[in-house]
Amino acid sequence: MTVSELKSIEISDMKNIALGGSFLGTGGGGDPYIGRLMAEEAISKNGPVPVLDVGDIEDDALIIPVAMMGAPTVMLEKLPRGTEAISAVETLQNFLGKKATAIFCLEAGGLNSTIPIAVAATTQLPIVDGDGMGRAFPELQMVSMTMGGISACPMAMADEKGNSIILNTVDNLSTEKFARVITVEMGGAGLIALYPMTGAEAKKSILRGSLSLINSIGSIIHSEQAANRNPADRLAHDLKGIRLFEGRVLDVDRRTEGGFARGNCIVQGLGDCSGTQIKLEFQNEFLIAQTQDGIPKALTPDLICLLDLETGQPITTEQIRYGFRVIVFGLPCDPLWRSKQGLELVGPRYFGYDFDYKPIEQLNAVL
Amino acid sequence: MNQRIGIDVGGTNTDAVLVDANGVVGAIKSPTTVDVTSGVRGALTELINSIGPSAKQVDSVMIGTTHFVNAVVQRKDLNKIAALRVTLPGSASLPPLVDWPKDLARVVNGGSYFISGGNEFDGQQVVPLDEDAVVKAAQSIRDSGITSVGITASFSPLSSACEDRVAEIISHECPGIRITCSHALGRIGLLERENATLLNASLLDLATNTTDAFRKALDDVGITAPLYITLNDGTVTSSELARKFPVYCFASGPTNSMRGAAFLSGLQDAIVCDVGGTTADIGCLVNGFPREANNVVEIGGVRTLFRMPDLISIGIGGGTMVRENPLGVGPESVGFRLLEEARVFGGSQLTLTDVAVASGLMDVGDKTQISDLPETLFTAALATAHQKISLTIDQIKTDSQDVPMIAVGGGAPLIPEKIPGISEVHRVPFHGVANAVGAAIAQISGEADQVFQDFTRDDALAAALEIAIENAVKSGADRQSIKIIEMEDLPIAYLPGHAIRARVRVVGDIAAKPKEC
Repeated sequence: MTVSELKSIEISDMKNIALGGSFLGTGGGGDPYIGRLMAEEAISKNGPVPVLDVGDIEDDALIIPVAMMGAPTVMLEKLPRGTEAISAVETLQNFLGKKATAIFCLEAGGLNSTIPIAVAATTQLPIVDGDGMGRAFPELQMVSMTMGGISACPMAMADEKGNSIILNTVDNLSTEKFARVITVEMGGAGLIALYPMTGAEAKKSILRGSLSLINSIGSIIHSEQAANRNPADRLAHDLKGIRLFEGRVLDVDRRTEGGFARGNCIVQGLGDCSGTQIKLEFQNEFLIAQTQDGIPKALTPDLICLLDLETGQPITTEQIRYGFRVIVFGLPCDPLWRSKQGLELVGPRYFGYDFDYKPIEQLNAVL
Repeated sequence: MNQRIGIDVGGTNTDAVLVDANGVVGAIKSPTTVDVTSGVRGALTELINSIGPSAKQVDSVMIGTTHFVNAVVQRKDLNKIAALRVTLPGSASLPPLVDWPKDLARVVNGGSYFISGGNEFDGQQVVPLDEDAVVKAAQSIRDSGITSVGITASFSPLSSACEDRVAEIISHECPGIRITCSHALGRIGLLERENATLLNASLLDLATNTTDAFRKALDDVGITAPLYITLNDGTVTSSELARKFPVYCFASGPTNSMRGAAFLSGLQDAIVCDVGGTTADIGCLVNGFPREANNVVEIGGVRTLFRMPDLISIGIGGGTMVRENPLGVGPESVGFRLLEEARVFGGSQLTLTDVAVASGLMDVGDKTQISDLPETLFTAALATAHQKISLTIDQIKTDSQDVPMIAVGGGAPLIPEKIPGISEVHRVPFHGVANAVGAAIAQISGEADQVFQDFTRDDALAAALEIAIENAVKSGADRQSIKIIEMEDLPIAYLPGHAIRARVRVVGDIAAKPKEC
């Protein structure tokens, strides 16, 4: 993988990072645009954000992951006040009686790819190059830190009105359940600081290099667009990804269940894929890609991204509409997710699909 | 259909047509002038002369114009505005105009005011509206001499009460001030809705002057019929509403040309290739309306949520320059100087118009001026133009089956007969004025885009439909003729409970007795 290491984040990096973040959003996670603007504002005030390799961090340092929690649609209307981040981080620091050494990105896909950079710039702390998902997932416990035995709690939540709350729950799934209810009372969205961990814990449990990765993805897409080429081929080459399918959206079926936008969309093949169809299942994010005969082509936690056929721009599950011309693009997930514990957290069966996980490389092996 | 005049005011030409139930009655092309009134008056006079005085008795006049979008792109004729953001304590991190190009922001920025108030996702108040702060802002706006304000409150598409109350206070404190409320421009997405609101507020002087100039042109030639202005989506609104919402008129040119192509050919689903002087615009008709673009649309560098036709433009048109040794076709164009610079018109620049005349595809100007042109040159140039058009058509096509294509625009003869993936190239009469025809046949639309709390999917869609219909009727549509052209629901993710965002768009014919404009 040709990913160049990110050393610090300047204003001029934010467009690439936001675009790479929406790519790793795999159709969900909201638009990184607002976080991008906030980061640009904060960086112009406080200067670039230093990016640290987790290997260079002292073992006893405190690292605080942050994210927005709630409905991305709400965040489109209720932009942050700007003080929530400081409030959440300070609340957690006060509870722990210790200052943070660095901020961490909980989720490198979607809206949450850029929010932590805004938080780091605002609090004038460095950010660690990594994240807990390597993509977007819908729930708090779906992070590598859960596999590493790190507790999401104590967790701090803060809203724009000045409310801040500390949670202590028995396990990370419970954290998700309680926190979800509180976001509703906070008006549909709040800023969270959670999974406080030491440098030593982070070295064992985070997914490394995620910020460098989204920066590289964004810069590939932008440079290929500028050269009037669809970025899919270079992304496939550089990231060991797979161009799964090419076609036109024939049908989209959406429904809400338990607060999640579930549904599927059928893509009718064009070009080399003429005469065939692919069906994508989504629950906020794309989770399953299968042929019309039910043969899987990509399964969660491997990444399924939908790209505009002309521009290579990532398309979210909320945006898909009949007639869109798209590329279905697959990317292998971090090897940590392919462990037994990883698949229990985010495998097809956790989301209610009757598939046993198989890696995307095997599903698409050339015979 | 009753009798209508459609006018397209383009950068180079103003086209005018008269259309009735039997089709196009008459059509003319005349040069666009800097002074809006005289250009439109000139076109109308010419049209009336070609048809007869009865043309003055039309039922309505529809005008499509690029004035508003050009003003934003060129940063001229814009008035200064004040922005009122009613969202505190939220949304303070990103001020109004935050992501605008600096030069444009400088031209329009007349101050921003943050006020406590606004709604939550379920329509409830976040905090009570700070009316004292609104009064203070109003006084400051009045003192600064600003005459146009944009008001944006969080979740106002759900409940307009907060923005309405702010507007009431402002107009009380600042008599005569013009107000754009964001809920009137629809759509969830605070920054994009606010951008549209502020662009709109900055265009109000121009919108008033332009619509007045159009009306005056009509009065001057003795036409008393109501005036309508065409919108981005292929429909029209009364000039009264266009005056209040000029942003809705941004992309009417390409839309009109595609709608006109549908009308002239009788096809509802087809590719449309519109070859003008500078570019060929290629798009896709679905159910008689242009397919819309996937992406966020930027106008003059400002991010908005407007729906725009999904078009690919390439530098192939009548004025496209042709180079010899080595052969090159475009993308540079002589543009509106075609009538002076092209070889067949006595100029010295070889253009695609010369190539078309040499190939026997067009019959304009003086053929003898290009009699020395080697056949190998013009056939190779034409082949290059054909190839560029064919490649673009392949990109815009979404169907692997062969589909029909409609050729319109003054440069339509440059479109090849045989194109891979195209079943038949339809050449239509009046192809050169398709955009004016599209304006003439436009209908009236209404839209709703709201979040509904604790509604079933069906109830939410029904409620949205009712709002869309009321909006269409308010704009002058005949209730009986209203048809749904788009209806979709989006469950709101990550929230327990049943919040559904429903979006409905309807169109209808212009009501028989519209209000005088």
